[in-house]
Amino acid sequence: MSDIKEILSSICPEVTFAEGTDTLEVVVPEEKWHDFAAQLKNDKRLDFDVLTAVVGMDWKESVGVMYYLTSTARGWDLLSVKVVAKDRKDPYIHTVSDLWKVALFQEREVFDFFGIKFINHPDMRRMFLRNDWKGNPLLKDYDANPELNPIPLDDEKDEDNTCSYVEDAKGKIKKVPGLVFGKDEYVVNIGPQHPSTHGVMRFRAAIDGETVTKVDVVSGYIHRGIEKMCESLGYPQILHFTDRMDYMSAHQNRHCLCACIEKAMGLEIPRRAQVIRVMMDELMRISSHLLAFGCTAMDLGATTAFFYGFREREQVLDIFEKTCGARMSMNYNVIGGVIADLHPDFCKDVKALIDIMPERLKEYHTVFSKNIIAKNRLKGVGMLPKEDAVNYAITGPSGRGSNWSCDTRKVRPYSIYSELDFNEVLETGCDSYARYMVRMREIEESCKILAQLVDNIPEGEIRAQVPKIVKLPVGHWYHQVEASRGAFGVYIESDGTKNPYRVHFQSPCFNLVGVMDLCCRGNMIADLITIGAALDFVIPDIDR
Amino acid sequence: MFDFGKWTSAFNELLLGCMPEWLAVVIECVIIGVLVLGAYTVLALFYILYERKLCAWFQCRLGPMRVGKWGLLQVFADMFKILIKEIISLKGTDKFLFKLAPYLVITSSVVMLACLPWGNGLQIINYNIGIFFITAVSSIGVLGILLAGWSSNNKYTLIGAMRSGAQMVSYEISLGLAILAIVVFAGTMNIQELVEQQNHAWFIFSGHIPAIIAFLIYIIAATAETNRGPFDLPEAEHELVAGYHTEYSGITFGFYYLAEYLNLFIVSGVASLMFLGGWMPLHIPGWEAFNNIMNYIPSIVWFLGKSFFISFIIIWFKWTFPRVRIDQLLAFEWKYLMPVALANLILMAVFVALGWHF
Repeated sequence: MSDIKEILSSICPEVTFAEGTDTLEVVVPEEKWHDFAAQLKNDKRLDFDVLTAVVGMDWKESVGVMYYLTSTARGWDLLSVKVVAKDRKDPYIHTVSDLWKVALFQEREVFDFFGIKFINHPDMRRMFLRNDWKGNPLLKDYDANPELNPIPLDDEKDEDNTCSYVEDAKGKIKKVPGLVFGKDEYVVNIGPQHPSTHGVMRFRAAIDGETVTKVDVVSGYIHRGIEKMCESLGYPQILHFTDRMDYMSAHQNRHCLCACIEKAMGLEIPRRAQVIRVMMDELMRISSHLLAFGCTAMDLGATTAFFYGFREREQVLDIFEKTCGARMSMNYNVIGGVIADLHPDFCKDVKALIDIMPERLKEYHTVFSKNIIAKNRLKGVGMLPKEDAVNYAITGPSGRGSNWSCDTRKVRPYSIYSELDFNEVLETGCDSYARYMVRMREIEESCKILAQLVDNIPEGEIRAQVPKIVKLPVGHWYHQVEASRGAFGVYIESDGTKNPYRVHFQSPCFNLVGVMDLCCRGNMIADLITIGAALDFVIPDIDR
Repeated sequence: MFDFGKWTSAFNELLLGCMPEWLAVVIECVIIGVLVLGAYTVLALFYILYERKLCAWFQCRLGPMRVGKWGLLQVFADMFKILIKEIISLKGTDKFLFKLAPYLVITSSVVMLACLPWGNGLQIINYNIGIFFITAVSSIGVLGILLAGWSSNNKYTLIGAMRSGAQMVSYEISLGLAILAIVVFAGTMNIQELVEQQNHAWFIFSGHIPAIIAFLIYIIAATAETNRGPFDLPEAEHELVAGYHTEYSGITFGFYYLAEYLNLFIVSGVASLMFLGGWMPLHIPGWEAFNNIMNYIPSIVWFLGKSFFISFIIIWFKWTFPRVRIDQLLAFEWKYLMPVALANLILMAVFVALGWHF
């Protein structure tokens, strides 16, 4: 740790180090930020190749961004970088989207909610809100008066126009207009109401014949402003939001938020609760991957395979229903443990599930994975080389399909995962078929984890003693778990009161949808659907 | 074997006995028209239920169960719903072509239906180029689909229509070549004669190797011709919402829906005519007793049974396979299916010339 501090200081003498957080934190002056970031990425001693999270911040007197960086080569340690914009009224920060492509979308989100303009970012449009929206909602002095932003009754007009802020040699910043699509491009609109976007997602695809030349992601149709809502609620009250983001990773997401709060509180979790949480996470993963299997099959027109996937998923949901009382939005994890003890049938049901799964997986492979048409449709489609997967921070099964070892359960173990015997599934294909196969094989690994735990659930408390009113000390924390679709992160900043000062959810699907343009270019319009299905993004996770 | 021709000629003579010939022909035409349209509707309703039930069983479901016993009345409910739905007219469409398109599609399938040999003596038109006529009329359906996609003024429908045009024109070649192989074998295009020739053995048995290859090519090409999975790209719902008929509503949509199911029946009917003997019962040379028992089953049952069996296979395809992509679809046709069909035609000619058949 101290070595890195020395290296960082030698690169840029102006940096200062903040104390009292869970990661090493560097404060960089804005004018040095881009050069410093380039060093962070390119210096072989540092080698920070993954931009894990971009968190816009409003510290009342100033606005800025917290960047969380990771080096895959050096043990996945997190480094957080704080960059403060000079002028609160008209804030500018240099973009790092040229270094880490994942910032292309992440910075647009920050621009949307905080109004921070990123210099040299090629496409500075709002990400979620309409272009004619007044104000930046996540600023602390945002005026939420509905009269300022009445419900619009007309279409969004300038959706083809974009702009970028370019800095010239003298340091003057100039706004340069741009176009998303050229005037003579044939643009097909897909969504927001479309059977295959898996939710309320909209793509605008420029096509040449049947070949896609560019995809523009238009998001925000179901954005609920969860992060803003969290700021006015107490910690136990914000838990349920996580179940409603990626509803296919409800347990993992909520596990992450609870773990982050527990980390901040310094709370010890009873062993029984830990085991239950991990088992629920893995059941959720099985259910999610079964849905992904079914939806991939259905998007390719194999409706029967879809029903096969749902048949087994039903069994998982029945297990959830018995213990949690719900099939979706389970609301099961709470701060300190879980809300209710396991149903008496739980172990029996889980064993039944583990017993049938190998046979059922074989059936799926017979009906779909080994089908020549399915292989032709998936293989070589939506290529995402490992470098791009790292650069766009594509984690989860999609990243592992590009042979990138990025399973948070392995690289930065949390809860009891370090004690468990399971393999990280990797595929070398880098295409849609590899992503699909990773999911299928991960079902086997999840079953393996469940088999290890189902007979070893320790007796004891299901949750730790937690005060009625949860207050966190002043500071900020970042915690990451492996959700069904990738690394899910929670950032909490506390000012010591019972409400969080700022909560940010780093969702894997937002990165997944960010890579659609790259994956789809040069493929056919039918492949756009296939690629989307194989990336397997869930819209509420993007539109938090 | 009962000959329905006795009834029809008796009826014809009855009419001629009490009225001039032109009036008799008009009355007969009207009756036949009504019968064909009636058969069309009944078959469409049957096929909708047939497919829904089959697909449900493939998918571990029960299918429609609520309306009537085993959901038998479900299709009637669906049909009434479609009939009373509003036909929405859209801004920016080519009104005339938009309205014309569904009629072209349904006309082509009604005419094809009328050409099929339903039973012994139950045939409406007996052309000497009957099978050629069927393939010719089937091309009109493509026109209806192209017009629908074009006139709707919608990008999805246009892509759907383009795909459909490319697909149907391509696969018609293989379809035609497969049929041609049998025509070479039989030496006639007359539907009546085609059936008569299969009295001793169905063509798929008597023509053995080239006939079986032709049958396989025909089934694949027919699946593509009817826009059914795995070749259902023109209306690939996961990409193009509903393809060329996205903008249609009410009964105009219903026409496409009906025509799609009837085309399934028609291609199955043609397959049973060309390969499985049409209405001809299963006859095995030398087994006189067996042949006589087979003759007791009415010819119309044979024809429908064979057609439903082939439809079952095509439906089975749809609910098992994923959808192919447009470039794969065309590559498959032009690089594999059509060369094989051509080679098979030559093979058949050789077999016929050298008399290597039963």
